[in-house]
Amino acid sequence: MAELQFREAIRAAIDEEMSQDEDIFVMGEEVAEYDGAYKVTEGLLDKYGSKRMIDTPISELGFAGIGVGAAMNGLRPIVEFMTFNFAVLAADQIINHASKARYMTGGQVEIPIVFRGPNASAGQLSATHSVSYDAMYAHFPGLKVIYTSEPADAKGLLKSAIRDDNPVLFMESEQMYGLKGEVPEEDDFTIPIGKAKVKREGSDVTVVAHGKMYHVATQAAEKLAKEDVDVEIVDPRTVKPLDIETIVKSIRKTNRCVVVDEAHPFGGLAAEVGYLIQREAFDYLDAPVQRVTLPDTNAPFAKNLFDEWLPSPEQVIDAVNTVTYRK
Amino acid sequence: MAKKEKNAEEVTFTPKGTGIRTNGEIVRSTELPDPTEKKHSDLDLSDDDVVDMFEQMYLQRRFEERAMQMYQKGKFGGFLHLYMGQEAISTGTTYALNDDDDIITAYRDHGWGLVRGVSPKEGMAELYGKETGCSKGKGGSMHFANVDEHFWGGYGIVGGHIPLGGGIAFANKYKQNNRVTACFLGDGAVPQGALHETLNMSQNWGLPCIYAVENNGYAMGTAVHRHSVGEIVDRADGFNMKKMVINGMDVLTVYEKMKEIADDVRENSEPWFVEIRTYRYRGHSMSDPMKYRTKEELEEYEKLDPVARIKNYLLDEDIIDEDKVEEIEDSVEDTVMEAIDFAEESDFPEKEALYDHMFAEDDYPFHT
Repeated sequence: MAELQFREAIRAAIDEEMSQDEDIFVMGEEVAEYDGAYKVTEGLLDKYGSKRMIDTPISELGFAGIGVGAAMNGLRPIVEFMTFNFAVLAADQIINHASKARYMTGGQVEIPIVFRGPNASAGQLSATHSVSYDAMYAHFPGLKVIYTSEPADAKGLLKSAIRDDNPVLFMESEQMYGLKGEVPEEDDFTIPIGKAKVKREGSDVTVVAHGKMYHVATQAAEKLAKEDVDVEIVDPRTVKPLDIETIVKSIRKTNRCVVVDEAHPFGGLAAEVGYLIQREAFDYLDAPVQRVTLPDTNAPFAKNLFDEWLPSPEQVIDAVNTVTYRK
Repeated sequence: MAKKEKNAEEVTFTPKGTGIRTNGEIVRSTELPDPTEKKHSDLDLSDDDVVDMFEQMYLQRRFEERAMQMYQKGKFGGFLHLYMGQEAISTGTTYALNDDDDIITAYRDHGWGLVRGVSPKEGMAELYGKETGCSKGKGGSMHFANVDEHFWGGYGIVGGHIPLGGGIAFANKYKQNNRVTACFLGDGAVPQGALHETLNMSQNWGLPCIYAVENNGYAMGTAVHRHSVGEIVDRADGFNMKKMVINGMDVLTVYEKMKEIADDVRENSEPWFVEIRTYRYRGHSMSDPMKYRTKEELEEYEKLDPVARIKNYLLDEDIIDEDKVEEIEDSVEDTVMEAIDFAEESDFPEKEALYDHMFAEDDYPFHT
């Protein structure tokens, strides 16, 4: 094990996989000469050269599509978006082409591609730089979506994503890149896509939280522990395919659930998990499922409004209090 | 006062003096450059090659004429975008390229499929949505593909496949396999941002790709000079890219020019931007009443029919006689009718096929 920053864990995953497979290359804005806008790919240009570390112009639609075409024709691209907020410009390539070409051609092509980069908000960046896109892409068949919360998960799941023969969206967070954690160093360390993890065991309430929200949930759980509320936290890690079994198993134990999601409320992961819980665990619930999400508004710039907008540990505590009828 | 007069002017958002609505005259939607003066033997094509070109083109034509009839009889649904009038482009290009060079195109793809190894049976079955179709009934008219023979398919989002063509070329350069990619698009895709982003990266990175616009005069119902300013081919100038305009109604011309270009791409690993001028005899799709063009314009282009042109060439050059032409036409007709029988007799995909070809693995846990 080594203590690595989140960005170092991602870099290690890319580096290890690139060293084993000549067909893997990295493409995106500032990934090579600049060493990565967030230093995720630092040093990889020196190691792999400009054939495999490719700086692109600011043309998300174009380079995402070139990545898809290259994947169809036998390569294994890792396409970095400076943030998934900019990837909206590439949505046609992800949603209409990467996810559909195999199906439309009756299985004649494979598209082993990873689209990765930071997702959701990162402080006061205003409306267009703050959106969480994991649930949106998870809506579309043909895509796998991962949004991890800790360095070890990031490394293990990114390696699985790179080895996967399907298009995978791998989401990160600017605000987590410096986060440190113990990370296995073995070359064959991977985590299977589609497996949630119980990261904190508890008996009173299940809190489902992934990505950056996992840490908000953890802070809430620590405060609640002082009040003798025993919180179990399930981190789905993979949004699609979703491991609902692990979530349901936890609810059968706790009989209560709060879903924390850094997306807007309509049609997000919280909405989907809430539906699945009522279908799969209706008889085990002692209270309606609560959710903590962004409000149904754009991200504001003003500090006080932004703090109000982003889900907070206090909101999670309130939701836990609601499902446990403590208030 | 002057200000008031200016405000009183009629505001319009279409170029003046274009189209049948504005001046009533026949405005040719495209000006064709001269065809080649060379004979097939000057182009290193054998007599048999030219006969085969005619047969290939006639097959594409009859396949679509029969497909249209079947569509009108209600034998199958979906869109049906016909390629009729443009067959010299698919045929001349395929002859000009190596068998392992890559081709990708938009949704007007039947001709491309047929000339690149999609059998008439597999093609017709795909139109019918049968499991024996080239794309197993999953793609339909817009998604013919034969990846084994380097035909990557037709794609239905206008301009969306252009970066895919660039990516296929990127992979070829990466692997240094000396393959050339030909990415075809309609004039309607020229104003899409995807083209301009892809051309920029292609020139910057030296991608071995020919971006070829099949300018058939109309983006659906909008004449080319109403949707794009200037000459299409001049888009290349902004990228310092090599360019050419080609007469797309003559298969020998398409062959000659595309071969020159492909040779250059292979040698120098630099992209080209090519405008191949042609004409679409049918509507955009089957539901198109074609009110945006005159009957006279259509008739003028029908005189230039590329299929009739190569047939006449065969006769004029005494390569084959009328009897042989008739024999070929009858044989093609039989092939197409057999394809229809095959499509009709084939089964629809099993219900379980709904979940096939979504993911590489067979055990993906689909969400319910």
